[in-house]
Amino acid sequence: MQTPASFEYERATSVDGVIAALKKRGSGARVIAGGHSLMPMMKLRLAKPEYLIDINDLTELSYIREEGEEIAIGALTRHVELLNSELLAEHFPLFRDAEQVIADPVVRNRGTIGGSLCQADAAEDLSAVCSAVKAKAVIRGADGERTVSMEEFHVGPYTTAVGAGDLLIEVRLPLRAGAGSAHEKVERRAGDWAIAAASAAVWMDGGKIAEAGIALSAVGLTTIHLSRAEQLLKGKAPTDELFVEAGEIASTDCSPSADGRGPVDYKRHLAGVLTGRALRRAVSRALHQEA
Amino acid sequence: MAVVEQNLPSPETERPIGFGRLKRKEDARFIRGQGTYLDDIRLPGMVYGAILRSPYAHARIVSIDTSKALAHPKVAAVVTAKDLETLGLAWMPTISYDTQAVLAGDKVRFQGQEVAFVIATDEYSANDALELIDVEYEPLPVVVNARKALDPDAPLIRDDKIGQRDNLASPTWEAGDEASTDAAFAEADTVVVRDIIYPRCHPAPLETCGMIADFNPQTGQLDIYNGNQAPHAHRTVYAHVAGLAEHMIRIMCNDIGGGFGNKVPVYPGYVCAIAGSIVAGVPVKWVENRTENLTSTGFARDYIMHSEICAKDGRITGLRVDVIADHGAFDSTAQPTKFPAGFFHIVCGSYDLKASHVKVKAVYTNKAPGGVAYRCSFRITEAVYLVERMVEALAVEMGVDPIDLRMNSFIAPEQFPYETTTGWTYDSGNYAKTMRVAMDIAGYEDLRREQLEKRKKGELMGIGISFFTEGVGAGPRKHMDILGLAMNDGADLRVHPSGKAVVSISAQTQGQGHETTFAQIVAEELGIPPEDIEVRYGDTDRSPYGLGTYGSRSTPVSGAAVAVVSRKVRDKARLIAATMLETRPEDLAWEKGRWYVKGDPEKGAMIEEIASRAYSGEPMPADMEGGLDAQVIYDPPNLTYPYGAYIAVVDIDPDTAQVTVRRFIAVDDCGVRINPMVVEGQIHGGLAEGIGIALMELISFDEEGNCLNSSFMDYLIPTALECPDFELGETVTPCPHHPLGAKGVGESPNVGSPPAIVNAVIDALHETHGVDHVDMPCTPARVWAAMQGHAEPPQ
Amino acid sequence: MKVSISINGENVSRDVEPRQLLVHYIRETPGLTGTHWGCDTSNCGACVVLMDGKPVKSCTILAVMSEGHEIATVESLEVDGELDPIQAGFHEQHALHCGFCTPGMMMTARALLDENPDPTDHEIRTAISGGICRCTGYKNIVAAVRWAADHQAAAKQEA
Ligand SMILES: Cc1cc2nc3c(=O)[nH]c(=O)nc-3n(C[C@H](O)[C@H](O)[C@H](O)COP(=O)(O)OP(=O)(O)OC[C@H]3O[C@@H](n4cnc5c(N)ncnc54)[C@H](O)[C@@H]3O)c2cc1C
Repeated sequence: MQTPASFEYERATSVDGVIAALKKRGSGARVIAGGHSLMPMMKLRLAKPEYLIDINDLTELSYIREEGEEIAIGALTRHVELLNSELLAEHFPLFRDAEQVIADPVVRNRGTIGGSLCQADAAEDLSAVCSAVKAKAVIRGADGERTVSMEEFHVGPYTTAVGAGDLLIEVRLPLRAGAGSAHEKVERRAGDWAIAAASAAVWMDGGKIAEAGIALSAVGLTTIHLSRAEQLLKGKAPTDELFVEAGEIASTDCSPSADGRGPVDYKRHLAGVLTGRALRRAVSRALHQEA
Repeated sequence: MAVVEQNLPSPETERPIGFGRLKRKEDARFIRGQGTYLDDIRLPGMVYGAILRSPYAHARIVSIDTSKALAHPKVAAVVTAKDLETLGLAWMPTISYDTQAVLAGDKVRFQGQEVAFVIATDEYSANDALELIDVEYEPLPVVVNARKALDPDAPLIRDDKIGQRDNLASPTWEAGDEASTDAAFAEADTVVVRDIIYPRCHPAPLETCGMIADFNPQTGQLDIYNGNQAPHAHRTVYAHVAGLAEHMIRIMCNDIGGGFGNKVPVYPGYVCAIAGSIVAGVPVKWVENRTENLTSTGFARDYIMHSEICAKDGRITGLRVDVIADHGAFDSTAQPTKFPAGFFHIVCGSYDLKASHVKVKAVYTNKAPGGVAYRCSFRITEAVYLVERMVEALAVEMGVDPIDLRMNSFIAPEQFPYETTTGWTYDSGNYAKTMRVAMDIAGYEDLRREQLEKRKKGELMGIGISFFTEGVGAGPRKHMDILGLAMNDGADLRVHPSGKAVVSISAQTQGQGHETTFAQIVAEELGIPPEDIEVRYGDTDRSPYGLGTYGSRSTPVSGAAVAVVSRKVRDKARLIAATMLETRPEDLAWEKGRWYVKGDPEKGAMIEEIASRAYSGEPMPADMEGGLDAQVIYDPPNLTYPYGAYIAVVDIDPDTAQVTVRRFIAVDDCGVRINPMVVEGQIHGGLAEGIGIALMELISFDEEGNCLNSSFMDYLIPTALECPDFELGETVTPCPHHPLGAKGVGESPNVGSPPAIVNAVIDALHETHGVDHVDMPCTPARVWAAMQGHAEPPQ
Repeated sequence: MKVSISINGENVSRDVEPRQLLVHYIRETPGLTGTHWGCDTSNCGACVVLMDGKPVKSCTILAVMSEGHEIATVESLEVDGELDPIQAGFHEQHALHCGFCTPGMMMTARALLDENPDPTDHEIRTAISGGICRCTGYKNIVAAVRWAADHQAAAKQEA
């Protein structure tokens, strides 16, 4: 069996302790949450952290709760909790859509939202989900806490605004009226990463789309924020033609590369189809017409 | 007569004495986590091996520096080709009379090839040490495409072979008759031509391959723990390779976590473990990781086929096939000696053809060697896939229902035994009957109606048919051998004084349930309850010689051996019973478990009474030794020819091109079913593999020869969510030459299902999208490309 | 580094490297070899054990990370010579051939029934979709879990 290279291990007992340890140990240190992205990479020896800080005891980072005009999700919240959360299902049903197709139920018992977002694999689903619902990420470092938008969060392939000495603390989702959302994914097989996936959220007002959020997974070097399509939808009444047009923008604005999951033209096509589907469902959910 | 009745076989009861749905004996340990798989074994003083593999598909090895690895405190030794040369172990023979480097010395010929073997005190350190070995490579041009391998300017892969000037691995091999095939095509009214690829895939058993070699320098005894499908044949090979005395080698196969052909060959890692133990004088364990399994041990298929099929007056009449077999860098395909393309020439299928002609040539490429039969009898999967795809294409071209075309062209029941145009003698069959059972279960007419209605609504649904005939149970010694070893199997039956028995066999279960079914055969023949019969196998010191389990040969060959050896014991028991009952043997009749006097059924002797007598001080028949044992080696007179009718129903998402197998109907005729529960289990498992091959399982390479499917992240195997609730049916046409009327079944579902699924995909798309061909695996991307009219074959 | 884990209710302790995977710790320290491994990439589920009652892939968790948690392996299913309904179901419904995936499948199924005593076939298939079985085609595994659910319910009613 493939086995990780050697490292030192520390079990964190507080967020401050993590920040201090990250600072002390420098670039060789790495946080481990669910470990379901990091451990496979360590076994394949694609990652060789020298110092591993286990944050699994920081239960204070595991929650999904309503805080005023926002839903706050702790970074250590596991996929299974996101899947089962009635609060999320009510306000942001795209989380449940996504969690039904992220990895498999056993992996979902361990993997966390923080790990997912920080891993920032372009094919990872929750980045698109959080982008679509205009989430904010709360990051704490040696210099204190800062809050960034998902656009700011996604810096590049496998890189985020969470720096070497930082810890992602929570994700905040703004609660606004008229919301509807959906996540659509095509995979080669259950449990596989996406060939392409689309997350969409809309906020309806008087029969019109007041605002929209759309993001794509697996069709670019990082999560794709479809701001052109969002602009297109703004202030318009939802129609099939509009969704098709948004899909066309998705096909154009994504930048997939060919790999074992498929060629570029297919992925562009999927980006369009899935964007259309996600929008259609998001709107119908917003209008409470969900079939 | 109550006793006798109790002993009658009762297939439908929960605890049959003979044939029937007996729950498996082996389950008791497995459901408790008490199986003993290779990696569960730890011997005192054992050290761990790990293999450094080539990152390049083709490169000259300039230098290997092992000094840093050797300096690692936990490393005991690092073995390279140079060290093996001194032991005469640098190269080893393959099953196909080629040679394969155990560790590469001159150059590497595929990505993942074995370059150095590290021995350390624990597995983690062995893995660490691999990173400390420096190898300098000089990359060479790579050829991964079999068609390009024969180009005059293609890089020469096997420059180690004297006289080898090109990448041809074996000369063209032919079957059938070219002239009469030309004639059949000349007079045909419809001809269809297709290029069809059966892409490279991998058996990928859940337990990877591995070995513990334990050489005792004092005694010269070599104990080997290894999960392989043919322990006796392996022992003979090791005797040749390592120059050790065969009787001083003992191979012990304990529980095996699946094989499916992957555990037939001898691998370089095994030879390394043996060499390591000889050098180090302690037991050496080597277990491959999943990437090693997928990239270096026993792949399957990789056949590139050009084919033409023709029909006249509504019947299929002729078939022409021209194949390029891609063997990778070494020819280690698993075939009987005289059959370089295995049994591929069974490609004429279940049809009464006028003529057929098959040509196969094989090439070397810079890909991993293998060519094992992934749950199939020697290339029959490729053959069945080809003919069933061609028949479907022909039906489409003729505008007839694919079942009608098959029905019109089947070999008729009265034609059996039937000699095919490529030289097989099919033993028995009633194909139309089996096809009809499948149609009934499927509700074929209703499905066609549903399809029409869905099509009107823009939904894509496809119905795919496949009808296969397999030839399994290799094989008659007059026709076939592997490495000069007859493909026979031994059985040794000992009935103890208490009437309990041990039967030792040379077949090697990897999950097929031999401990149960083989006990049932003895039970059926002798009336001893199966729980009183111990089935022994897997230990070359405790089982008779034979060629093992693959090619669905366990029941056809080893099962026959057990039936025959049981009957031998029964015959001896008759003579003893005659003495006991003071009558003549010819006056006795047999009923399950008991010889009794004809005309006086109350007077008889149970098998355990006879056994007790055989070992007692009481007199035996004249000139007869005591005891109640027998031994046989079974040489099958012919293969057995199981067949089946499969129907797949698929739905395709018109926008994303995702294929869902909604229903799968499998009607198998494998002759008499010893344990129907086990037979059905085999069929379920093979169908899942067939779905995998048809939809997702693929080993592919980029232009540089990098394997693109080297872990389970990219070598996709179906989960429970891709498999429908399989619908099974059966017909029973007993095999006329098998003592139990049984035919093999283990591989039928893997052989029969891929064409049904691909035919269904094409059936869904032909009318609306004009699709008339798509290669496997039918991934969403490939199906979508086909729908756009530009499907690319897999690379 | 000294690592103590409660495995099947017993506290096990040993000096191991921090990098040791839980699957190796289970197999080597108490010597419970019923938990297998089949891949390196967390895809196959042969290594599934329960951690605080939930199925997890023990090849993707470090032994040190498991300190303070309750681990249950296949060896815990049978209690005082009485098979768990899941074990009985696997035997009754012929849900195993080679037996290699069986421990992981059974532990996953056990956790499912603990959470959802009357799952639909689709829920069963979803629950076990993190595991690969190469032999059974899953049909009989689904039947076995169904069997266990029914027998468990019947036993409860009797009690
Ligand atoms: C078989 C399999 C299939 C999968 N399929 C999918 C899929 O379809 N879709 C999908 O989206 N994902 C998939 N995943 C990934 C899965 O969702 C992971 O759980 C997730 O990506 C990582 O979460 P984790 O908690 O396990 O992170 P870890 O592996 O613990 O960490 C990942 C990275 O994030 C860092 N990190 C973790 N938490 C924090 C924090 N709070 N602050 C700062 N840095 C942090 C770590 O240092 C590490 O670099 C799959 C995983 C597996 C094993």
